[in-house]
Amino acid sequence: MDYIDMHAHMVSRTTDDYEQMAMAGCRVVTEPAFWAGFDRRSPEAFADYFHELLTFEPSRAARFGIQHYTWLCLNPKEGEDRAMARRVLPMIPPLLGHPTVLGIGEIGLNRVTHNELATFRDHVSMALEHDQMILIHTPHLEDKYKGTRVIVDTLVADSRIDHKRVIVDHVEEHTVDMVLSEGFWAGITLYPTTKCSPARAVDIIEMYGDERIYAASACDWGRSAPLAVPRFIMELRRRGHDEAFIQKIVFDNPRQFLEQNSKFYLPADRVSIALNA
Amino acid sequence: MSDMHMDRYHQTCPMSQQALIDEFFIEHRVHILEIAAFLDRLDRALDQNAVHEFRYRAFRQAVAELTSSKPGRVERVQMLLSDRDVRLLEERDQQNAWGAAPGQNGVPS
Repeated sequence: MDYIDMHAHMVSRTTDDYEQMAMAGCRVVTEPAFWAGFDRRSPEAFADYFHELLTFEPSRAARFGIQHYTWLCLNPKEGEDRAMARRVLPMIPPLLGHPTVLGIGEIGLNRVTHNELATFRDHVSMALEHDQMILIHTPHLEDKYKGTRVIVDTLVADSRIDHKRVIVDHVEEHTVDMVLSEGFWAGITLYPTTKCSPARAVDIIEMYGDERIYAASACDWGRSAPLAVPRFIMELRRRGHDEAFIQKIVFDNPRQFLEQNSKFYLPADRVSIALNA
Repeated sequence: MSDMHMDRYHQTCPMSQQALIDEFFIEHRVHILEIAAFLDRLDRALDQNAVHEFRYRAFRQAVAELTSSKPGRVERVQMLLSDRDVRLLEERDQQNAWGAAPGQNGVPS
């Protein structure tokens, strides 16, 4: 079954992963800017990272017929450093016109500090100023409830925000309702230990419905699975869900969200595979 | 909360109980054995120096929640393992989370 992986950090993955994802049905990946596993030591490191997201990754994906889009930001794990944020954020607006940039993301909170919230607000303001869609990271583990609560309250208090153009990602059982009930999109990320299993993701969709929700791999440099979405599809089939329902979650819903951005284009057939690209 | 939970999500899983057990029992059997073995391993540890450690206590509270007869167990376990104090930290104390929150659920930090 064709699917769209809405959250995959492909800079951390091998070309073999692209090939396997393509063979498993992946048509599109969207890659949010994120943490490298350490705090970057200069603004120039972010400039190089953004360049990689805009050039190397789309070309690597295209070799296997996968369309690659990206989201740009200074990620929440580095949002504590306000001096760095003040130097990195001005790099982003000139890149927003690039044909594969979907918006601002993944912004959000990590340990839920004053500085992180200030950097989050700066990103939201930038997104609104440039009419960009927003992809939001919510914290992990014990910080998820608290961080999601603060993020949702912050967004709801800003009347300029169009909720249907915002994804709140990494939802779990205790946060999904507060996201969906405010009209935002909810992303479930499938990760072996710190996020959601395919089985629990199916539970969430059975309980909270199939509108404004999808599941993604969030594969990155940690223990993670680039084929998590096909595993999720398999779990849905084991539960007895029909193919149309499954397609809605893994393809139609992501497409519906992405088509709010005129840059997003999905050909009827797979794009030509240029193995020598 | 649990009655509301029951009403709201009643029959949202398309499989019967018997079909769920037939298909999924074995893979969940192993999970519960892993938890039992982890608790035994903690009991057998050379130094019994973490009996009151906040993660260990939160874990035991979460395990106790599994025996509840009321639906909504996973959400309640999530909250037992969550920081419910939504005040902002003055500054980042560390990069990664713990998995449970010190000072919650009557658990000292």
